[in-house]
Amino acid sequence: MTNCPTLIVTVGLPARGKTYISKKLTRYLNWIGVPTREFNVGQYRREFVKIYKSFEFFRPDNEEGLKIRRQCASAALNDVRQYLTEEQGQVAVFDATNTTRERRETIIQFAEQNGFKVFFVESVCEDPDVIQENIVQVKLGSPDYTNCNTEEAVEDFMKRIKCYENSYETLDEVLDRDLSYIKIMDVGQRYLVNRVLDHIQSRIVYYLMNIHITPRSIYLCRHGESELNVKGRIGGDSGLTPRGKEFAKNDLKVWTSQMKRTIQTAEALDVPYEQWKVLNEIDAGVCEEMMYEEIQENYPLEFALRDQDKYRYRYPKGESYEDLVQRLEPVIMELERQENVLVICHQAVMRCLLAYFLDKTAEELPYLKCPLHTVLKLTPVAYGCKVESISLNVDAVNTHRERPENVEVSRMSEEALLTVPAHQ
Amino acid sequence: PEEEAEEEEEEHLFTSVPQFCNSPTMIVMVGLPARGKTYISKKLTRYLNWIGVPTKMFNVGQYRREAVKIYKNFEFFKPDNEEAMRIRKACAAAALKDVTAYFTKEQGQVAVFDATNTTRERRAIIISFAKEKGYKVFFVESICDDPEIIAENIRQVKFGSPDYVDRDIDEAMEDFIQRIDCYRASYMPIDDERDRKLSYIKIFDVGNRYLVNQVQDHIQSRIVYYLMNIHVTPRSIYLSRHGESELNLLGRIGGDSGLSPRGQKYANALATFIKGQNIRDLKVWTSHMKRTIQTAEALGVQYEQWKALNEIDAGVCEEMTYEEIQENYPEEFALRDQDKYRYRYPKGESYEDLVHRLEPVIMELERQENVLVICHQAIMRCLLAYFLDKPADELPYLRCPLHTVLKLTPIAYGCKVESFFLNIEAVNTHRERPVNVDINRNPEEALQTVPDHI
Repeated sequence: MTNCPTLIVTVGLPARGKTYISKKLTRYLNWIGVPTREFNVGQYRREFVKIYKSFEFFRPDNEEGLKIRRQCASAALNDVRQYLTEEQGQVAVFDATNTTRERRETIIQFAEQNGFKVFFVESVCEDPDVIQENIVQVKLGSPDYTNCNTEEAVEDFMKRIKCYENSYETLDEVLDRDLSYIKIMDVGQRYLVNRVLDHIQSRIVYYLMNIHITPRSIYLCRHGESELNVKGRIGGDSGLTPRGKEFAKNDLKVWTSQMKRTIQTAEALDVPYEQWKVLNEIDAGVCEEMMYEEIQENYPLEFALRDQDKYRYRYPKGESYEDLVQRLEPVIMELERQENVLVICHQAVMRCLLAYFLDKTAEELPYLKCPLHTVLKLTPVAYGCKVESISLNVDAVNTHRERPENVEVSRMSEEALLTVPAHQ
Repeated sequence: PEEEAEEEEEEHLFTSVPQFCNSPTMIVMVGLPARGKTYISKKLTRYLNWIGVPTKMFNVGQYRREAVKIYKNFEFFKPDNEEAMRIRKACAAAALKDVTAYFTKEQGQVAVFDATNTTRERRAIIISFAKEKGYKVFFVESICDDPEIIAENIRQVKFGSPDYVDRDIDEAMEDFIQRIDCYRASYMPIDDERDRKLSYIKIFDVGNRYLVNQVQDHIQSRIVYYLMNIHVTPRSIYLSRHGESELNLLGRIGGDSGLSPRGQKYANALATFIKGQNIRDLKVWTSHMKRTIQTAEALGVQYEQWKALNEIDAGVCEEMTYEEIQENYPEEFALRDQDKYRYRYPKGESYEDLVHRLEPVIMELERQENVLVICHQAIMRCLLAYFLDKPADELPYLRCPLHTVLKLTPIAYGCKVESFFLNIEAVNTHRERPVNVDINRNPEEALQTVPDHI
């Protein structure tokens, strides 16, 4: 997707959501397969100045403070250079206020010297309610304020913001017309987008324009347990329904795949639902509908290769988890736009979605536990996601197979089948 | 047995894309003449229809040409020309009436209202109209003051307009410039303060900069994304299938076979052809399947593989001949002939599914400049339908023969197509829709249009 590495640079006063955006963007880019890391200059400052005293550190006439802050920014840029040139990083998110043209110019020159593209993300907001909520959600819990009571912390932080206000130079339509940037105004009411240079910047803009901070919850679950009998009855419906009706009260959207078992599960809820083909379970190609024992017997080599790299391994004539992530990207984008949604899907699909919300790596993703008859309720909070696991108290088979110890191609059948869960 | 029950139920009940819109949406263009409004309107309409959102464009200029058979000169557009003003208002009203008919009687979901709409007053009328009917409104304003771009615009599309068919170029240019001036004095761009509750995108200088305000829903978000990815830099897109494959020779569909000897010859011929075209900075894309990769290898340049470009998955019919499909799945075969666009092979895909998975390819093609896409028959049909604005019922029957390169060059409001057959013989893989598509037809009727093979 990218040729030169890209440096994303946040711009904005404190409490404008820069770190929220940085973390979310980093999570998204990594999930879609673009190696990305964020560099928060505040972190560097906390490492350097072990104890935060007060807003006075940030006063524009505090020479000592300014020196330290400049050093921290340099140290962070140094790490950026290392990440992008020596660690195969493709995108670095440089998270700091960067509120003066001078500071931004320094960064631009740094990027030019190293052959990085620069894309600015400025967040502008003057709504006092939003800023207040921001401070309550993330600043009060910051290491800077662990020993302060709420009032003290808020007061200090407001004074901190003031320190930046006088020297704040917003990205200017005329003066900065040659820069590539997006200016986000009032938490997404309005955007100004200037000089998008390439594919990755275009995707970043699209993503940033689709996220929101309205409180909501996303419910992920698999279809009810399916029994392979002639009547095609699904066990576990009765477990889901009472809960389901409860969910449905809150303006809940319900999404399913186009496979019978998720549709039948949704039908039992008796609410309108939308079907997405891309929510269909991973295509196991030649191994479709086999038991693990059969796969071991017929395709022992493939079975071992899959255990070696479960994320990238593609079933012959089938798909890999990596392929799944790619086809699920529109679902994630739409989930970002929506508010309360219940997604009824499948084991591999649910693992991919969960990995996105919980920032799990590609190595962990194929082994995330997504048992049947359990609903995961995800609620965005602060910089991350709260997870509540709601068991529906209906028995079901376990379908989770852990990575066995021996993944060698030459392993014995018993070693391959060691971690297969019990079944009829 | 459970399998078959599943297949029957899955039938044709679903679309491969979720429903995007509830209320219909009006996209309202804003801008002086020669700012690309009609270009954007047509392109956006084509894109939305291709992704499955029924969209229609309403060009008020067309209505005016119907009402006033002969265009004399720019004086028609003078702000003090009362008679003309009456006619123009009537035309706008007529167009709005047709918008309503499109939404209520023709199941339209998006209407693109293409006119200058340069005054607040006119926009207020439209907003009122939409509010009353329960339509969403999204404005697209194009702002440009670069005289070169405007002149090029006039050259490309205005000279060919019915308004200027009997004029020489200099006359036409001069008249059009005065026409623009008629609007200029009363032009009030969308105001970021006063109009902050409206949903809109402002496009500055053909895409250098965008201002996006109050995006309401999914379809508006997709529209914004699309508009931010298109450009007008001249370039060409080359579409070709892989060289003839071993399975092609046997009349078998799908699979992942390599090139036949003739197919390999084609790959070499393609390399020669491409070199001869002297294309600047050409990107080459293939699928993940052997036959397209082998074709690209002959070019001796870097190429990118897209899984999304893989041929349509024929599910249980993979690697069968049409004769075998008729023998083993006669009902499926008939159903497919009844609705080739929406029909999904059991455990496979439909053309409709293909369009959905090709959308990121189209988006990236819009961003790029010169690209050669080496793909497959069904894939190429989908891509071609996008560029040539072919509807869903024509798409699965577009002719995309082997060993033929199609060169698409955007021009004016559409696309010029040049076809280059590289003189290497290949089997024909095109099966026309047979006359009898009934489930109870006999095998001969079903197999009537199957092309020859070994």
